[in-house]
Amino acid sequence: MSKLNKGTPVIDIQGVKKIYDLGETKVEALRGVDLQIYGNEYIAIMGPSGSGKSTLMNMLGCLDTPTEGHYHFKGEDVFEMEDNDLARIRNREIGFVFQSFNLLPRANTLRNVELPLVYAGMSRTERLERATEACIKVGLENRMEHKPNELSGGQRQRVAIARALVNNPAIILADEPTGNLDSKTGEEIMALFEDLHNAGNTIILVTHEEDIAEHAHRIVRIFDGRVAHDEINKKPRKALRSSASVEQAEMAVADLV
Amino acid sequence: MKHFFLEIEESLRIAFMQVRIHKTRAMLTALGVIIGIVAVTLMGTAINGIDNGIENSLDMLGSENFYVEQWPWKDVGDDWWKYRNRPEFKVEDANLFNDILDETPDSLLFVAVPQVRFWINVSYESRSLNSIETTGTTSEYAYASNNEIEQGRFFSKQEDISGSNVVILGHDVAENLFPNTDPIGQVVRFNQRANYRVIGVFKRQGSFLGLFSMDNLMVMPHRALRKIYNGNRWNSLLIKMKPGVDKDAAMDETIGVMRRVRGLMPEKENDFEVNRSESIGEQLDKMKMSVAIAGLFITGLALFVGAIGIMNITFVSVKERTREIGTRRALGATRRSILVQFLTEAVFICLIGGIVGLMLTAGIVMLVKQAMPHVPVTLSENLFIVAALVSVATGIISGFAPAWTASKLDPAEALRHD
Repeated sequence: MSKLNKGTPVIDIQGVKKIYDLGETKVEALRGVDLQIYGNEYIAIMGPSGSGKSTLMNMLGCLDTPTEGHYHFKGEDVFEMEDNDLARIRNREIGFVFQSFNLLPRANTLRNVELPLVYAGMSRTERLERATEACIKVGLENRMEHKPNELSGGQRQRVAIARALVNNPAIILADEPTGNLDSKTGEEIMALFEDLHNAGNTIILVTHEEDIAEHAHRIVRIFDGRVAHDEINKKPRKALRSSASVEQAEMAVADLV
Repeated sequence: MKHFFLEIEESLRIAFMQVRIHKTRAMLTALGVIIGIVAVTLMGTAINGIDNGIENSLDMLGSENFYVEQWPWKDVGDDWWKYRNRPEFKVEDANLFNDILDETPDSLLFVAVPQVRFWINVSYESRSLNSIETTGTTSEYAYASNNEIEQGRFFSKQEDISGSNVVILGHDVAENLFPNTDPIGQVVRFNQRANYRVIGVFKRQGSFLGLFSMDNLMVMPHRALRKIYNGNRWNSLLIKMKPGVDKDAAMDETIGVMRRVRGLMPEKENDFEVNRSESIGEQLDKMKMSVAIAGLFITGLALFVGAIGIMNITFVSVKERTREIGTRRALGATRRSILVQFLTEAVFICLIGGIVGLMLTAGIVMLVKQAMPHVPVTLSENLFIVAALVSVATGIISGFAPAWTASKLDPAEALRHD
């Protein structure tokens, strides 16, 4: 296995099973998964649809709890947790990035980014400060007052990433983050993840696309509800950065807006 | 606690945004609540009005007066015959009553005044009025009645004893017979025959519940009245108590004195009725209750329909925004935050409905006041509080089921929803 030298894992899953009871039949989505994820890892979770990949992702994101097995998040037993504690973990420790961005359509960038802080009970001024900071990190300092429909796809995903970052979470959990983007914009987003990883963030990428997964430093393949492969990616693919073209694209969008 | 306020603040922002996005929808939904609130407040206003009207009207009758009569002021039902067979009141009863009062030094009662009541026609030159309530009484009436003299004077003891042909007119009668002339000293005719001199006019009393004028009356010495009329009459004693005495004790004394006047043996039951303004009040309270119950039912129905509208639209909203709920849950919203958010939206729409409804009611009340100044309608401040509470309660009750459903959504499933 990998990186055992890093002390306590952020995520420690052992023998996790998830069984969906559909009345007549029982569907075993996860049949015993062991997985440890450490701080500052860049890991891709791969698998075809129906492999249990989504179930595992929901589990990792504390959106769902296992039927059997152990799940410790930073040493805390998630299996035992009440709904409110799960919400707290999601709020403080996990930054979600969705395939279709899931932004509030009528709210501007800052409002979208500050949303997790609202649920964390932070005052308005502090929220604004932290949200601005996160926007700068993802290069949206000139788009803070824009609403999602005034932004390009890549910019929208940046808003979502800023929202994921704003609480300084222990992990960033990205579900097909480039799925709704063209390949060039997708590369930009991957470059952003690369930067975030270099800055010390832990990133979990859930995808079914090989060339996206290749950006990660470790690739876990799920098949039939089990971990089929778990290996270090010796040569992670560098994201293409044609900063000139990126800027041009952004300028073009800015003109349109 | 601070956390909770932040949630409310966020929820209000969302609610405000939602209403702004779906203006038509929100207004249509609020319409149900508007109708409900208009119903609530109008009913409240009506009951208030009846209350005020009753109070004002009872004051006119005089809260310090008793009316000793043959009949009670209520529906007698099957006992009709019993009351029918009671002896009629005579003017002499009043004299006896007063004699007994004179012999009782610590009496709670001030004076008894006989009232012989007829309905007759009165005319002055070419003008005439039909069936005016006319009371024949003694000169003590001036002390016992709530009618005050505005112009001229009341008749004197001398005029009382000699049965002089003098009359005091109620305000409406004076106004109708003498639109342009000073009535004092003029001579009016009764039933085309007798000539009586007008010596005074009463102050305006107003109308009873805004319906019956209390100024359509005449008063004269009872001997003078007897000269012109002999048909059906309604006789009674008007008893005035001393100021500030206990009403129930005064009532007991009235009954005791009256039994002595009638010479009733202890085992015999009263052959008279002591009526007081409260007994009218009781009758009116019953009426008020039935208005309130009917009103409450209609109001409840209107609000219920409004509440169903709110519930429906909140369910639609939850359905439409399932993914948003999932996202919020993923970002750390607790079930309570989601519950509060949708409850706030329902309450917000209801409050808008409440405010619009109140404004409509205020408008209607103003129109009614202008069109019919005599009808006692008043918009009280309490009503505003009631309306606010009712709209908030409607919002909470109707919004709860959908908000609860929203809060119970599985976050992972809600995120998958499209």
